[in-house]
Amino acid sequence: MSELIKKNASELVSLMASGEVSSVEVTQAHLDRIAAVNGTLNSYLHVTADAALKVASDVDRRRAAGESLPKLAGLPIAVKDNLTTTDAPTTAGSKILEGWVPQYDATVVTKLRNELMPILGKTNLDEFAMGSSTEFSAYGPSRNPWDTDRIPGGSGGGSSSAVAGFTAPLAIGSDTGGSIRFPGAVTGTVGTKPTYGAVSRYGLIALASSLDQIGPVSRNVLDAALLQDVIAGHDPHDSTSLPESLGSMAEAAANRSVAGMRIGVIKQLTGAGFQPGVQARFDDSLALLAKNGAEIVEVDCPSFEYAIAAYYLILPAEASSNLAKFDSVRFGLRVTPEGNPTIERVMAATREAGFGPEVKRRIILGTYALSSGYYDAYYGSAQKVRTLIQRDLAAAFAKADVLVSPTAPTTAFKFGEKIDDPLAMYLNDIATIPANLAGIPGMSIPNGLADEDGLPSGLQILAPAREDARLYKVGAALEAWHEEVWGKRMIDFAPELKVGA
Amino acid sequence: MAKAELMNYEQALEQFEVVIGLEVHVELNTKTKMFCGCRNDFGDEPNTNVCPICIGLPGSLPAVNRRAVESSIAIGLSLGCSIAPNGRFSRKNYFYPDLAKNFQTSQYDEPIAFEGTIDIEVPSGNVFTVAIERAHMEEDAGKLTHVGGNTGRIHGAEYSLVDYNRAGVPLVEIVTKPVLGAGAEAPELAAAYVRSIREIVKALGVSEARMERGNVRCDANVSLRRHGAEKLGTRTETKNVNSLRSIERAVRYEIQRQAHILAGGGSITQETRHWHEDRGITSSGRPKSDADDYRYFPEPDLVPVQPSHELIESIRATLPENPADRRKRLAGEWGFSELEFRDVVNSGLLDQIEETVAAGAKPQAARKWWTGEVARVANSEEKDVADLNVTPAQIAELASLVEAGKINDRIGREVLAAVLAGEGSPAEIVSAKGLEVVSDDGALLAAIDEALATQPDVIDAIREGRMQAAGAVIGAVMKAMKGQADAARVRELLIERANAQ
Amino acid sequence: MSELTPDLVRHLASLARIQVTDDEAERLAAQLAVIVDSVATVNKAVEGDVPATSHPIPMANVFREDIVEPSLTQEQALSGAADSDQGRFRVAAILDEE
Ligand SMILES: [Mg+2]
Ligand SMILES: [Zn+2]
Repeated sequence: MSELIKKNASELVSLMASGEVSSVEVTQAHLDRIAAVNGTLNSYLHVTADAALKVASDVDRRRAAGESLPKLAGLPIAVKDNLTTTDAPTTAGSKILEGWVPQYDATVVTKLRNELMPILGKTNLDEFAMGSSTEFSAYGPSRNPWDTDRIPGGSGGGSSSAVAGFTAPLAIGSDTGGSIRFPGAVTGTVGTKPTYGAVSRYGLIALASSLDQIGPVSRNVLDAALLQDVIAGHDPHDSTSLPESLGSMAEAAANRSVAGMRIGVIKQLTGAGFQPGVQARFDDSLALLAKNGAEIVEVDCPSFEYAIAAYYLILPAEASSNLAKFDSVRFGLRVTPEGNPTIERVMAATREAGFGPEVKRRIILGTYALSSGYYDAYYGSAQKVRTLIQRDLAAAFAKADVLVSPTAPTTAFKFGEKIDDPLAMYLNDIATIPANLAGIPGMSIPNGLADEDGLPSGLQILAPAREDARLYKVGAALEAWHEEVWGKRMIDFAPELKVGA
Repeated sequence: MAKAELMNYEQALEQFEVVIGLEVHVELNTKTKMFCGCRNDFGDEPNTNVCPICIGLPGSLPAVNRRAVESSIAIGLSLGCSIAPNGRFSRKNYFYPDLAKNFQTSQYDEPIAFEGTIDIEVPSGNVFTVAIERAHMEEDAGKLTHVGGNTGRIHGAEYSLVDYNRAGVPLVEIVTKPVLGAGAEAPELAAAYVRSIREIVKALGVSEARMERGNVRCDANVSLRRHGAEKLGTRTETKNVNSLRSIERAVRYEIQRQAHILAGGGSITQETRHWHEDRGITSSGRPKSDADDYRYFPEPDLVPVQPSHELIESIRATLPENPADRRKRLAGEWGFSELEFRDVVNSGLLDQIEETVAAGAKPQAARKWWTGEVARVANSEEKDVADLNVTPAQIAELASLVEAGKINDRIGREVLAAVLAGEGSPAEIVSAKGLEVVSDDGALLAAIDEALATQPDVIDAIREGRMQAAGAVIGAVMKAMKGQADAARVRELLIERANAQ
Repeated sequence: MSELTPDLVRHLASLARIQVTDDEAERLAAQLAVIVDSVATVNKAVEGDVPATSHPIPMANVFREDIVEPSLTQEQALSGAADSDQGRFRVAAILDEE
């Protein structure tokens, strides 16, 4: 195994810039690793080796010719399979899209191409990003490199297991209720959800339009910052995309510090309900922050109690409408029942066969939440709860510069543990959902191993809308102190992956 | 689809009060579609003006056409509506294969324009004030072609084909409040209302407004109630009425059909009905199972439209004169009789006459030429007056030639025919063909004397005041002059001659 | 108590164009009833006059200029379709034969 794959993205960038290694070497090292472990991890649904190597050799040629290249040129990356790519199938983890090759690239994919980053392939996810474990992928679950009997988080378990399993230095994720941050926490990686609108959603197969946000998946805070700087920015194709620049995240990560900062601990997201080992590591980090000059304050967000309920009304409602286009007419699966069926029956049969159980459950729930007579009580009230959560957060941010919590109540659970209990599954998202409802940025960073199971836990940092830079400043600082305390990166504690036959 | 039994129209009106409601869809003539940059031109090869957005590919997002919003505001203002300080788009969810996303992006609870009125004059000269409830923006659907079965109808077709060129074309839907009190004139009012909407959007330049091309489409709601009853009756909505004449006929038909049912103790089914131009009847549409539950919710992919006071006022300042005001002004300026003016309006020749008068013609002369000879030619050639090869400036020139006595009416008609045949301007034709009247009194007197020589009694008859006797001499003179004489002048000279003797 | 009966599930499934068997309707009704009871708590959260938030970041007046952009070719447009004919997407008949 090449040592290259263990390096942080920022190191690979320097090595390539100085000519010590080529992009082809870096890319090939990751493709070799994919060939070795993807059968076990199932991180990738589709590997685009030829296309990646073509970009890599192009970069090497141009670099050799002395051309000035984009900062991350030649650095390979993995892309979640709910982003459209013209050169690779895009399935969103669903049978209904099996084999579909989109006619256009997502804006983020175009940005990666313009940055000359070789795209290694498309990563697995829960079907249409509905889930927290990848167990709802129509193409089988991805596995957690720390323990392959456990989930890698979801919905972006393909991206998190790729980055944690060293098959990619960086990956793209999407976060609707925690789908970047929760996988980050349970795989000992960094998962960042930028402010809503910071990264264009054009070409992201929508789950819930008002909650979805694309963001970086990485092993390190600086790496995430480098990637956010590439993918962020206004896009006229996305009307909800922020018109203004949020500044350089790489610069924020380099200026890591918490001196004089007020760090808010959210009363509702600590203590009871959190696994003791997770809570203990969280308390350790608070002490570390205080020791380094931060002021720890407690903040109260009473309406967080209703966040999951509001989320599980808004998400299915929007999803039921977003997923209506999967009707067998213009793309995707078509199932034609016996006899001379009408289009209505063809659509119903196609959607019955093409959607998995969780997707159907949520579509029907969303249809219910929007239907006449129920709208006000369900969808209407949920949108009001959203206002209450924003008010709570505004009050909290008046007292604190950033807020922190454990990213998730538990470490990675085992496959099958929660699959038949939707409510238990939904509870994983308790700490991550409020950021999506309010549109604010959030980041999960590795926060040490829980004593009882030796598995990774995560610490979530939240900042006010458009203040993504604070996440990077605080995250990079805490990461540095952690590595000082631990003597190595957290990912280096991961056991060597046992590769199946 | 049998012809329903109908009640005699007069009898129906004796027993019932008629309530109508009109929904007019106006297709805007923007260069591009409502939410994407595809050309707004649906006559092209099928599925060539389409993109990921308007065929609803996964991941695509809409972006609002600024011009379409401004056109909608202009329409709203022209209808005397208030413009919403905060309008937004909503999704109207229902499955239909011409609807690419299986929801229509429309406006629901916050339309861009609301609460207006418009005065409508019907052919009798009565004026009704129609209250406008709202005007909202939405997108058109694609075009379905039904194949197999008989005559391309949806019933009995084997399969259907979809062309999405029209999908996403911007529409403004204008909805009236229930219109009461038109009585027997309800059908005429419906047609005159749609004619007014056409005139308005044409004058604004925001639509081609051609009904035969579907640029303006009308759905007519009709209900009846017993005179004195308070509750509105159950209504039907007749679609597919694509000419002014059909609107009138369809409303009349529904009044008679419903009256027959109600008088017989039956009840009206609330339904969509289709107008069949060929048979002059309406038929029951498919009862839509989704009709009552569109599950509207605010479109999360688009942000609110908040037109500023300045924008609204700047659009208001550029509005052309309201067609009704214009008619009032022109009626005053031109001094036509009521009957003459109504005739001009009904023949749709206001523009031409106004331009002809502006080019120097007297109003009566302009009217006579356009509603007379020009309209006659158009009629006999089965063409639109607008498609004939004659301009208001040419008619003005023709009228001035007659006015100056250079040619007479009969020659004038000959000249017009030559103009229509593309032989040049009236003056050029008159001089090229030597059509100018003989204005040399000497030549006329010589001809008079010649005629009198064969009819000597005429002089005595004129002296005795029996003027009809002059006719024969005038006729002979005109004949001698090959028609190129001013008959009035001949008459004057003849009387002078008689009195002198 | 939730009103989520199998009949309601069948109605919702037909609105959403998802074919369900009677067994599925029963099972979904039971699962959804639990979820609905749990999410119905949003009702209790909101007292008084609270505005709804449909977009997390308030923005307004985002427009595109009325300028033509390239479209797909007909071939590209139809490339993902299960069936097409004469440059159009082909679908089953819309109505049952009468
Ligand atoms: Mg409409
Ligand atoms: Zn388009």
